[in-house]
Amino acid sequence: MLNLGPQHPAAHGVLRVLMTMDGEWITKAEPVIGYIHRMHEKMGENRTWAQFLPNTSRIDYLSAMHYTHAFVGAVERAAKIEVPARAEYVRVITSELNRISSHLVWWGAMLLDLGGFTPILYAFEDREKILDLLEGLCGARLTYCYYRFGGLCNDVDDEFLNGTRTFVKEMRPRLGMYRNLVTDNIILRKRLTGVGPISAELCRKYGATGPVIRGSGVPYDVRTVEPYSVYPKFDFKIPIYQEGDSMARYLVRMDEMEQSLRIIEQALDNLPAGPFMGKVPRVLKLPPGDTCYAVEAARGRFMVRIVSDGKDTPYRLKLRTPSFCNLSLYEEASRGMILPDALAMLGSLDLVIPDIDR
Amino acid sequence: MSAIQEILLGPGWPWVRLLLYLVGICAFVGANAAYLVLAERKGAGRIQRRPGPNESGYAGWLQPVADGIKLLAKQVMVPPGTDGFLYRLAPLMVMAPPLICLTVIPYGENLVARNINVGLLMVFSLGSINVMALMLGGWASRNKFAVISSARIVSQNVAYEIPMLLVVITLLMVTGTMNLNEIVQHQAGWFWHWNFFKVWVNPLMPVTFVIFFICMLAETNRAPFDMAEAESELVAGAFTEYGGMGFGVFFMAEYANIVVGCSLATILFFGGWQSPVVILSGPIWGPLWFLAKMYALVLTVIWIRWTFPRTQFYNLLNLSWKILIPVSLVTLLLTGAMMKLPLLLHHLF
Amino acid sequence: MTMKAAFLEVYRGFMSLLTGMRITLGQCFKPIITVQYPRQTLKMAPRFRGHIELVLDPETGKSLCTACKLCERACPSDCIAVDGAKLDGQKTKSVTEYKLNFTTCSLCGSCIEACPFDAIQFSKDYNKVSFSRDTFSHMDLVKRLEERRKIWAQQRPAAPPAEMPMPGPAPASTPQTQEQKPS
Repeated sequence: MLNLGPQHPAAHGVLRVLMTMDGEWITKAEPVIGYIHRMHEKMGENRTWAQFLPNTSRIDYLSAMHYTHAFVGAVERAAKIEVPARAEYVRVITSELNRISSHLVWWGAMLLDLGGFTPILYAFEDREKILDLLEGLCGARLTYCYYRFGGLCNDVDDEFLNGTRTFVKEMRPRLGMYRNLVTDNIILRKRLTGVGPISAELCRKYGATGPVIRGSGVPYDVRTVEPYSVYPKFDFKIPIYQEGDSMARYLVRMDEMEQSLRIIEQALDNLPAGPFMGKVPRVLKLPPGDTCYAVEAARGRFMVRIVSDGKDTPYRLKLRTPSFCNLSLYEEASRGMILPDALAMLGSLDLVIPDIDR
Repeated sequence: MSAIQEILLGPGWPWVRLLLYLVGICAFVGANAAYLVLAERKGAGRIQRRPGPNESGYAGWLQPVADGIKLLAKQVMVPPGTDGFLYRLAPLMVMAPPLICLTVIPYGENLVARNINVGLLMVFSLGSINVMALMLGGWASRNKFAVISSARIVSQNVAYEIPMLLVVITLLMVTGTMNLNEIVQHQAGWFWHWNFFKVWVNPLMPVTFVIFFICMLAETNRAPFDMAEAESELVAGAFTEYGGMGFGVFFMAEYANIVVGCSLATILFFGGWQSPVVILSGPIWGPLWFLAKMYALVLTVIWIRWTFPRTQFYNLLNLSWKILIPVSLVTLLLTGAMMKLPLLLHHLF
Repeated sequence: MTMKAAFLEVYRGFMSLLTGMRITLGQCFKPIITVQYPRQTLKMAPRFRGHIELVLDPETGKSLCTACKLCERACPSDCIAVDGAKLDGQKTKSVTEYKLNFTTCSLCGSCIEACPFDAIQFSKDYNKVSFSRDTFSHMDLVKRLEERRKIWAQQRPAAPPAEMPMPGPAPASTPQTQEQKPS
């Protein structure tokens, strides 16, 4: 009986996995969650719609913009607030930058788990550029509170636009360098190929989404299946790999970074001029009923469901987070695996524990 | 000066000479263990585009002193329930083989503590004792995971000794002697006289060197083959129950092993204390060239550690049994054939 | 696997290792990217979110805050406690107490957006330290404004000294009470 305890050296977060071992092989791996439960959904019931905005960034702090987008989109959908085109385009640019930065963290942390100590520092060098851009834009580096109902908090300036263009130009060769250094590396290939196979049926059974299901051959991406914001206007591919092992999930995320760069370029080229904030009533009261809004966050499908009873605080706020479902298939998928392989698979699922516990 | 020269190089004073050598070797190993750690951290820093330790002393040069003081200041504790004798014996047994190996390594033309005729054989037999000492360390800890970890170290080391010995046999066929000083003397001249470049005797000589290098990395449990010690992330590694200076001794022994391995590689492949250009040789240049080549190889070992992730355990063993052993057998056969080729041609024509 | 395919795999694998080593060697010779704090510091972006501070009116040297308590109501974490009093001869209130509980502030900016007079802004402090918890749980913004006002007054010796109202009775709600206020 081995306890992969809540305290780890630097990987995963506060996740506890109770493993029953037979020598080297795992017979049962039971994740125990709840060590960082902060009651975001309850906090939602006690705050007004606008007061909940800081919370959205903190549910999954690595892809904070996506989560804010979902909440803001849900409220706008319910209150029928119109968002100007410029704001939508900027939302897409910042979301995709956030996706790249989240994938960079995943990449570095997974390689750190596997014993390669250098790539995380290269990844963080690139991430610094993104964080500096977003800091110049909205003042925060990780927990942005940038979107408002009806648009953005403040407009983009030329410094941000030029900086983003430079970043996109510099990032493409860096992705090539990552491919040469790590992806093509025979040691990594041997470490990840064939490890942790997850079939599409298993994903469907537990509701896993994001790169987990796209690495198993199912073309499910919220941006194409339930298009939101201005994503239909952009031309980008959804990377799908059929094998379903850790290498497939790895390649999906690396390709997603490349596609995000494409989206950012197209958005920068077509950014319309205009206002950055729509018309919003002073005190926001939503009509009674419930509304959902789903977003493709960096880890999978994030959905917000708000139930309003006409007051200015939500009656119920439900957050459907991707990591919760991604983790739930771990118990079944890791049976009979050898321990280091199980860890490599855990790394490839890209879990952020605050996302699981909310 | 002449008195020292007489002691070092002359026939008399054998015991004083031996004592000087032993003290020198211990000092060399100690200084290496301390400052190679600093070199590794600084090298890691440069590869990762950060400075490495630079706070203690000017540019971090007192960092090993700080580390040493920290290790010495820790409580030396023998955990209850462990086998006390073996627990205390293991660090000593791990440190002894590299120290003894260094007595047969020629640093310069006349700078070798004991010029034994079977020096090469001695180095490899002591390497096997190293394996046993690591096993003892894990076993004496009475910790389930430490035992699993040491069992893995043993199987890894045994698997990689075989290609290493095959490679060494290949070289023995080329050099014809096990005396390390003579091996170096055979490589006199410009750098193309070094064993690494002798492709007319063994066409796959660079491949032989690569196999030797990989086996050396695996024998010393260095990345990317450090499954055993880096397992301490999750499961206890082989040395969990050792604290303070006990752990420090294991650490020092690892660096001493690297030094021995790289010295051996320079002697066998790169001409030991021979200079690459004939001009700059002599009693002072010899050791300098030797140290330069050895440290170049040590820096390569450090470079490799910080570049690659860890191999998986069965991949590690697969590499040895399925790739390295066949290739080294092929080089062995090829060398034998190439050496006998002139004779064969002579008989045919 | 055929012999040729096996050979090719080994060869390509080995070459990939050499490529990786070449990349890290190249990185070795590039300049370091870390900033050696505290010997070197970074300049913060203009929109950087430090803790909030009261804005000093460059004309009068006083705060623009009228203690209307809109920021207090907008805050999701109940960090702010404001109080004010009316000075003689003035139409609006002036702020006398402005306590911020920075230990619970999430730097969301709702208070700044809610303020109708633009009386608060983000500061650029990122490295405040203290030995006591009070510095952060009862951050006295009025006192900090007073310090800045002194510097401002020194630079304009001709300006009349601004009259800061004396602290009045204790504010109605302290920042420490965590009761959830229905808005």
